[in-house]
Amino acid sequence: MTFELVCVLAAGLFSVGLFGALSQQSIVMIMMGIELMIGGVIVAAAAFWHFLAPSGADGQVVIVAAVVAMAVEMAMGFAVTTAIYRARQVDMTDMAEDLKG
Amino acid sequence: MTETAAWWSLLAAPALLLAGAVLAVAGDALLAARAAGRPATVRTALRPLLEVPRLLAAQPRRLPAADRLLWRLGVVTVPVAAVLSALVIPFGGTAVADLPVGVVWFNAMEVLTWAGLWLAGWGPNAAFSLIGGYRFVAQGLAYELPLMFALLSAATAAESLRVGDIAQAQHGLWFAVWMPLAFAVYLAGVLAFSFLGPFRYPAGEDVAAGVLGETSGVDRLLLEAGRWLWLTSGAAMAVPLFLGGGAGPGLPGWAWSTLKTLAVLAVLVWVLRRMPVVRADRYVEFAWVVLVPLTLVQVLVPALVVLGR
Amino acid sequence: MESVLLAVLGVLALAGGVLVFRCDSMARATFALLLSLCCVGGVVALLGLPYLGVVTVLMMIMEMVVMAVFMVAYMMNPAGLMPMSMLHNRRGSLAVGAGVFAALVIAVFLVPWPARRGGPPPDTTVQVGRALMGGQMLTMIVLGFVLLATMVGATVLATRRGRYDRFGDALDRRTPRDPVGGGVGR
Repeated sequence: MTFELVCVLAAGLFSVGLFGALSQQSIVMIMMGIELMIGGVIVAAAAFWHFLAPSGADGQVVIVAAVVAMAVEMAMGFAVTTAIYRARQVDMTDMAEDLKG
Repeated sequence: MTETAAWWSLLAAPALLLAGAVLAVAGDALLAARAAGRPATVRTALRPLLEVPRLLAAQPRRLPAADRLLWRLGVVTVPVAAVLSALVIPFGGTAVADLPVGVVWFNAMEVLTWAGLWLAGWGPNAAFSLIGGYRFVAQGLAYELPLMFALLSAATAAESLRVGDIAQAQHGLWFAVWMPLAFAVYLAGVLAFSFLGPFRYPAGEDVAAGVLGETSGVDRLLLEAGRWLWLTSGAAMAVPLFLGGGAGPGLPGWAWSTLKTLAVLAVLVWVLRRMPVVRADRYVEFAWVVLVPLTLVQVLVPALVVLGR
Repeated sequence: MESVLLAVLGVLALAGGVLVFRCDSMARATFALLLSLCCVGGVVALLGLPYLGVVTVLMMIMEMVVMAVFMVAYMMNPAGLMPMSMLHNRRGSLAVGAGVFAALVIAVFLVPWPARRGGPPPDTTVQVGRALMGGQMLTMIVLGFVLLATMVGATVLATRRGRYDRFGDALDRRTPRDPVGGGVGR
């Protein structure tokens, strides 16, 4: 039963993060939502490792990859925010929709 | 083998850490008195401790639109993180909790000071203290990577992240002897995360004491105590990492741990009065251009030694 | 004991996650996220992965402090002194979030999960280290390249000045012209 509950925790974190990433306008807040989603992935990977396949390292490797994804997302997100803010003093997604079809 | 101590060590470890911090403060006061040409007596050594009742009784300062919750949280985090970091440090042959990932634990607790100090700078809604918080983050980005590589080189040489194992692995030859660069970088890191001496830039005189500036009463006491607790904890951690832990002839393990910790602490207190303040922007470039490559090479040395063993 | 701790951390993680989008103050939102992700690290450590758990906590603290710095720099109302809404399509997002959550929970309880195979190794840190330096070497190499590309790409995107600004149009300046001097005498 614990396994299912930990998975529900992961699903909850993922969904809250998804809500944030979809509903926020500010790029920094969207990144917070994405961080939360990846946090859910980390919990799920740890749960799968612990409850289903502890003899292999695959679950742990997924966590490493997720943590790296977090770092990459942060770095690129702030770089893009800095570039767009420098170009036109904007930090909201709704003001940067030049590519909208 | 390092063993986990009884439950009362949870109280003894903070008490020991506090005792070390008090000794460091007293030593600092003595050195200050000597530098100023005043007589170095017991009274001068104890004078800074008189601040404690004064700060406890002082009227707290209130500021408009301060973020009280985050401010309080940040102020409390600094000393608490220092105490938590000390839990993995073996005292002779026993540690409160000899975690299998003790080195990473110490590092994580030290990074917790970043959050604490940034919050302590952000909370009061005052420009100078926010600048102080930013200065610590900038300084952190500079000292953190070399410090991590210094910790890593000790862990690599011992092939373990458990602090007890690292102390055990140095039978006969201290890591400080054949990895002097890592040792020096570690000690610089200790001064940096306790923002004392050359690294007191976040609490610099030029920004009216920066992060400390707006704090008063108990908050001030906690932050100041956090600094010295961190200095003591860093000095105590240097002993198992680089100075062979409690190993030594004649005396029992706890005595050697105490002696070595006090020696490192004395050196640090002496150094922090001897150096000018380093600006974070200068230290960042020095750390990234000089220290990071050097410490990387330093990590390579124990890695090769372990491979060839 | 362990399951109680797990439950507490789980509830705290979820509460922190919800608080992120409820706080007016961006500083509080950032540190609510830090609380949430530190609890995630705690859950990972409790599930038998102490190294990855503590490393997650370490990384998240550094990331969130850096995030706080950028947030104060770019957001118009970092201290939340004037509450304001910065949402778009709130109802749709709520529906998507709730729908995904419901689907995931149903999947969690309906999928016939396989039985646990094998037991944990004596040292999980050794397990992940051996995997990354052995069987999963390709993953590690890819992650390394991704991180390198990120470092270069982020720096290029974020910087305004190129080498012509620093070394002159003919790239013939001996010492670069930088707004801040730096510490190694350049």
